[in-house]
Amino acid sequence: MNQMKLDKFCLVGAIAALLALIFPLAGVDLDTGKQVAFVGDIPGLAIAMALCVIAGAAFTWIGVRSVLSGTVLLAVAVFGCWQAVSTLYDHGVAGYAGTGFWLFIISLWAFVWRGIDVIANYRSLETAKQQTANVIVPVAFGMWLLFVWEVLVAGFGVPQVLLPPPSMIGVRFVTSTDVMAADFYQTFVKAVLSGYVLGCGSAFVMAIAVDRVPFLKRGLLPLGNMVSALPIIGVAPIMVMWFGFDWQSKAAVIVIMTFFPMLVNTVTGLNAAGKLERDLMATYASGYWSTLFRLRLPAAMPFVFNALKINSTLALIGAIVAEFFGTPIVGMGFRISTEVGRMNIDMVWAEIALAALAGTAFYGAVAYIERKATSWHPSFRVRRH
Amino acid sequence: MTLKEVVNNVASMPASKDAVVDIKNLSLTFQTADGPVYALSDVDLTINEGDFVSFIGPSGCGKTTLLRVIADLERATGGDISINGVSPEQARENRAYGYVFQAPALLPWRSIERNVTLPLEIMEISKEERIKRAHDALKLVELNGFEKKFPWQLSGGMQQRASIARALSFDADLLLMDEPFGALDEIVRDHLNEQLLKLWARTNKTVAFVTHSIPEAVYLSTKIVVMSPRPGRIIDVIETDFPRDRSLDIRETPEFLEIAHRVREGLRAGHSNDE
Amino acid sequence: MTGSLAGPSIWSRMMSGQTGPVCVVLIALFALWYVGAIFMNAPTQIDKYTRADQTWTTSQLIEDTLAQERPILPAPHQVAEEMYKTIFATKITSKRSLVYHSWVTLSSTLLGFGIGTILGIVLAVGIVHVMTLEKSLMPWVISSQTIPILAIAPMIIVVLGAIGIKGVVPKAVISTYLCFFPVTISMVKGLRSPQVIQLDLMRTYNASKWQTFWQLRLPSAMPYLFASLKVAIAISLVGAIVGELPTGAQAGLGARLLAGSYYGQTIQIWSALLTAAFVAAMMVVIVGWLERRVLARMGVKP
Repeated sequence: MNQMKLDKFCLVGAIAALLALIFPLAGVDLDTGKQVAFVGDIPGLAIAMALCVIAGAAFTWIGVRSVLSGTVLLAVAVFGCWQAVSTLYDHGVAGYAGTGFWLFIISLWAFVWRGIDVIANYRSLETAKQQTANVIVPVAFGMWLLFVWEVLVAGFGVPQVLLPPPSMIGVRFVTSTDVMAADFYQTFVKAVLSGYVLGCGSAFVMAIAVDRVPFLKRGLLPLGNMVSALPIIGVAPIMVMWFGFDWQSKAAVIVIMTFFPMLVNTVTGLNAAGKLERDLMATYASGYWSTLFRLRLPAAMPFVFNALKINSTLALIGAIVAEFFGTPIVGMGFRISTEVGRMNIDMVWAEIALAALAGTAFYGAVAYIERKATSWHPSFRVRRH
Repeated sequence: MTLKEVVNNVASMPASKDAVVDIKNLSLTFQTADGPVYALSDVDLTINEGDFVSFIGPSGCGKTTLLRVIADLERATGGDISINGVSPEQARENRAYGYVFQAPALLPWRSIERNVTLPLEIMEISKEERIKRAHDALKLVELNGFEKKFPWQLSGGMQQRASIARALSFDADLLLMDEPFGALDEIVRDHLNEQLLKLWARTNKTVAFVTHSIPEAVYLSTKIVVMSPRPGRIIDVIETDFPRDRSLDIRETPEFLEIAHRVREGLRAGHSNDE
Repeated sequence: MTGSLAGPSIWSRMMSGQTGPVCVVLIALFALWYVGAIFMNAPTQIDKYTRADQTWTTSQLIEDTLAQERPILPAPHQVAEEMYKTIFATKITSKRSLVYHSWVTLSSTLLGFGIGTILGIVLAVGIVHVMTLEKSLMPWVISSQTIPILAIAPMIIVVLGAIGIKGVVPKAVISTYLCFFPVTISMVKGLRSPQVIQLDLMRTYNASKWQTFWQLRLPSAMPYLFASLKVAIAISLVGAIVGELPTGAQAGLGARLLAGSYYGQTIQIWSALLTAAFVAAMMVVIVGWLERRVLARMGVKP
């Protein structure tokens, strides 16, 4: 019990921050031949580094055990991150970052990891507290990744045509909302939603019809399963030829892509009701439709929603890729391929961020409805421990 | 932590020289969202070498939890416990006991023989030795000839026998069994009980056996521990003096019925407390 | 039913199983395809007749609709002919050979699949063993499934091309990126699939983390791994095909699709599409065969 256990991460953080104060902050300017910047000239950064040394040394000794100490570490790290970014952009270190700067980033990494570690291992019996911790951890991790991306790109001076920093993408996202709104409307509202509804709806009806004919069921199910492994996206050029450049051809691709997952899942789901329950319905002399609506469709719902979730992702992919084969001059896929051609990579990233947001929101909406509709299902029961 | 344990161990050692399991004042409380659950409270028990001890009681009385504390699968929150004079954790690290679960828990991708050799592999025993010991263990449970079969090719009773062979394979002196025959039908269970008794008589192992069947407990044991729920505690310890090699016929004798009656009374008394 | 004393005939056995129904459905699809080809190609054909001031009969119309050079929907036999020509009758080194194009696509598919699978397994092992990784990384891995990842394909190709990486690697990068997600998620599930009782068993043996991993977690995860590999190989092929689009139709099945759509070569599109489907099916069949072999060696109930 009396054995002293040093906190390794904090030790690394403290040492790295200490070395950061000693090593040169930035490289040499090619034109003037002088050092770009010194720690001594940037009081904010110097304070941040000193704080890291102090906090690191202190926590190395006392250890990081409580959430409070983890939060203190994270707060120090956040201040450090802020100072690092401001050093890059306000003091001209961007593109000239030297050993000292990177040592400081390593120090920050150690603190962030240790801080997240403490919160990730936090256990509370109160659901609200536990859930807050469960949200903070991935969010903090994601922010850290964005920061690393920003700092690496700016610090090494990576050309923007290769990889723009997230701040630049964010600015582009905000400043070109009108273009993005038009693309979103064209690709998502027109093509994705109509194709999704049509594809899923027709497959659902087809599944109920197929279910009545065992012969068809046995014939279609293996084929349907096989089709899901095929690169159906390849029908895109054919659909563009048949239905023209506008959204109808994209909707057609989506209908084909979403049809089979829905068909297979619904047919499987309709057979999911147990024999016992079916026998029970039989003892009530319940007819086909009555059994379908009272027993088999509700039992099939988890399967149907599974297909709806798979299809929500497939639909967006289908629409974007189909636009690579021909489109009017609007749409997310069109924007991506043309802006790549013009080397406006920040616009491409903004468009990808939009696609990610749309995809996640779409999936989230379907998942939300699923949760409401099939709350009885075991996978949604609240876990006790 | 370690220092305290050492002190405790020293204190508890002279208590009884052949005490395999020595439990004093043991308690275990689970913290849950609905408040604390007192799984075990104030448990005192000594299991001597060669004993066959049964734990009996309604569900929730902590009999399985107690067994798991002995096996270091749960940690007690109060009191002292020592296995062969050391802490449960050390006992586990010494591989001092074999554990048989409610279900066979055989690994489906290993043959019966390879399932039995699994603990030996983990203990890094040489291959020839492993095969030899597996052969011996399987013979003890009369499963020789089934070495190359996979678990799904065996009946439920045979699978459970294989899992007993697995627990026997590394020859620990203490055998912890958690309702091993609970999922089997009456006839298979009688047969396995008989076999288990023979095995116990032959190997002179110490057995701790959890069950919820009164006849099983009385038939098998030298000592019956009757437990009761909320909080989980021991309400009676009954010693029996049947001979070590007993047959199923003793279940018709008046002594047997008398002990069974006493167990039933104990269980009933434990129940009336909270109803 | 009469005369079936010796048990059900082959015919009725086939029909009560899967083979018969699948064949019937396939035949029906082919019939539908022909009918569709006739009806979809008829308008242009009739147009042609009127312009040439030619009289026509129905049988002549049907014959001609199934033999157009650039039909809206080519008939199955036209596609089959084209496939035969480009697969068997052309030297495989030729740029017109579909075998050559398939190989181009397949090589990046397999490279990406291999790297992606390894990456996915390593990530899953990390997530299962390091609590902090699970809590911080896993939510992102799951939500990344909802993102249309294929959208970044053109950018990866162009950006990697700009720094001088061309050919197989950029496409493999896309395939890698696509297939490591399903592998990670399945493997996390699989490595977690041992029951509590089995983990307790390992604990009673005082088994180390690695012993538990090799003896229990990894074997338990095998069925999950193979299920995800089937998804991964299929999606890997899609990634390679889409990765071939932005390079402007140089080589590969995706390039054939794009070139076909530029020049209105519908027969070429369909044959490339069917070849891609065939390649995908073969990949899945191979993975399935491997799965059966491995699981059989592990003694899983057939």
